[in-house]
Amino acid sequence: MREFGYVRAATVAEAIGLAAEGPVAYLAGGTNLVDLMREEVERPRRVVDISRLPLSAVEDLPDGGLRLGALARNAHVAADDRVRRRYPVLARALLRGASPQLRNRATVGGNLLQRTRCRYFYDLGAACNKRAPGTGCEAIGGFDRGHAILGASESCVAVHPSDMCVALAALDATVNLTGPEGDRSVPVSDLHLLPGDTPQVETVLRSGELVTSVDLPPWPPARGAYVKVRDRASYAFALVSVAVLVQVHEGTITLARIALGGVAPKPWRAYAAEELLTGAAADERTFGAAAEEAVVGARPLRHNGFKAELARRLIRRTLVKLS
Amino acid sequence: MDGHIPVHLNVNGQAHALSLDPRTTLLDCLRERLGLTGTKKGCDQGACGACTVLLGGERVNSCLVPAVQCDGMEVVTIEAMAGHGLGAKVQEAFLTHDGFQCGYCTSGQICSIVAMLGEHRDGRPSAVTEDLTGPVALTDAEIRERMAGNLCRCGAYNGIVAAVKEVAAG
Repeated sequence: MREFGYVRAATVAEAIGLAAEGPVAYLAGGTNLVDLMREEVERPRRVVDISRLPLSAVEDLPDGGLRLGALARNAHVAADDRVRRRYPVLARALLRGASPQLRNRATVGGNLLQRTRCRYFYDLGAACNKRAPGTGCEAIGGFDRGHAILGASESCVAVHPSDMCVALAALDATVNLTGPEGDRSVPVSDLHLLPGDTPQVETVLRSGELVTSVDLPPWPPARGAYVKVRDRASYAFALVSVAVLVQVHEGTITLARIALGGVAPKPWRAYAAEELLTGAAADERTFGAAAEEAVVGARPLRHNGFKAELARRLIRRTLVKLS
Repeated sequence: MDGHIPVHLNVNGQAHALSLDPRTTLLDCLRERLGLTGTKKGCDQGACGACTVLLGGERVNSCLVPAVQCDGMEVVTIEAMAGHGLGAKVQEAFLTHDGFQCGYCTSGQICSIVAMLGEHRDGRPSAVTEDLTGPVALTDAEIRERMAGNLCRCGAYNGIVAAVKEVAAG
């Protein structure tokens, strides 16, 4: 690990002020950043420890929603009574991510901003446009079984590894930010950027901006599920995962949301499939058509063609189960 | 020293005042600075669980926690388990049920189990829990899921599950 200067911020204003002086890495739970620094994929000169900022509460919102503090631990959010009762899709997504030890450290903000686990991104000897812009992408044509089939580019085919973000996307959550230029909020589906020819730019966060919380709108009138398929039964990243919310009234679908994980550089909302479902008859034919629609435009690589079929089957099966 | 940070740790009930390079992980601090070598370094990347300790009462991978972040906090390691009621019971059950072979993962397993039993007592669900809001029986499937963060390359998992069940049954 390279040397770095360490400062512990006591207030949000102090953290932002330190970031305004020059580039810093914010350190929260450290489960991703410490590993990346040890591998020297990340080489911050200055680390601002934000882990003691008062941003770990989970609070009710006046509209019936819930605010998750950016420093709330993944384990605590999953164990929160309100999350378990009102947002079971989120609780289940969190509990399917990482291990109990990691969930005790990993935070909401860190989970949002975690980096890809693409092995070429981690391997300093490999070409990687995300880690070293302009060097190429060894994943393309390499061992690409875990990589993206949707939203990728000629520059980068890495996937966003989060489970939590897939649930947040289906819930239409909002991410609250603060920074040197003030506060703002962005829908979680607009937080992450597609790689295009700048895969090193992963989010809309500006220099020094800090995630302060995530707002969940009230749970809509719908049933929901989070389903994850991985290479082993636990403690592995998703090959494909799906968060589904659906409501059926007298045989007609009145609400549908589908978000996919493990298939794209960001949590992937299947808007066209949702549109196809909404107002249609809740039958296997509709579900099959929606599943097809969700992966239209998928561009499989050498070893990951199975992901499109897996995504279709997961969507169809989950819709059948929920309706 | 230049760039070093003062850190106060309470480890197994004993206070330590240290000055640490911020790159020092809690794992390296325990082993190299405090001589507590019961905590093992396996993968050093949060994948194996051999380095599991209790930080502020919760199980964590000590290889991923910068020691400077633990300033003022309580750490419990395997060295304290023999004098810890539940920890001692888990150790005994490991002997009875062959919960280990080479032993390298064992200190992490035992620390993890002690914390896991507390999480279960607090009513926390796991990824295999059907009903997120009701009481959860500690079945084999629940134990395996809740212990997924501790790998055992000898494959002593059956013995570990049996040991946990015996301790949980009281």
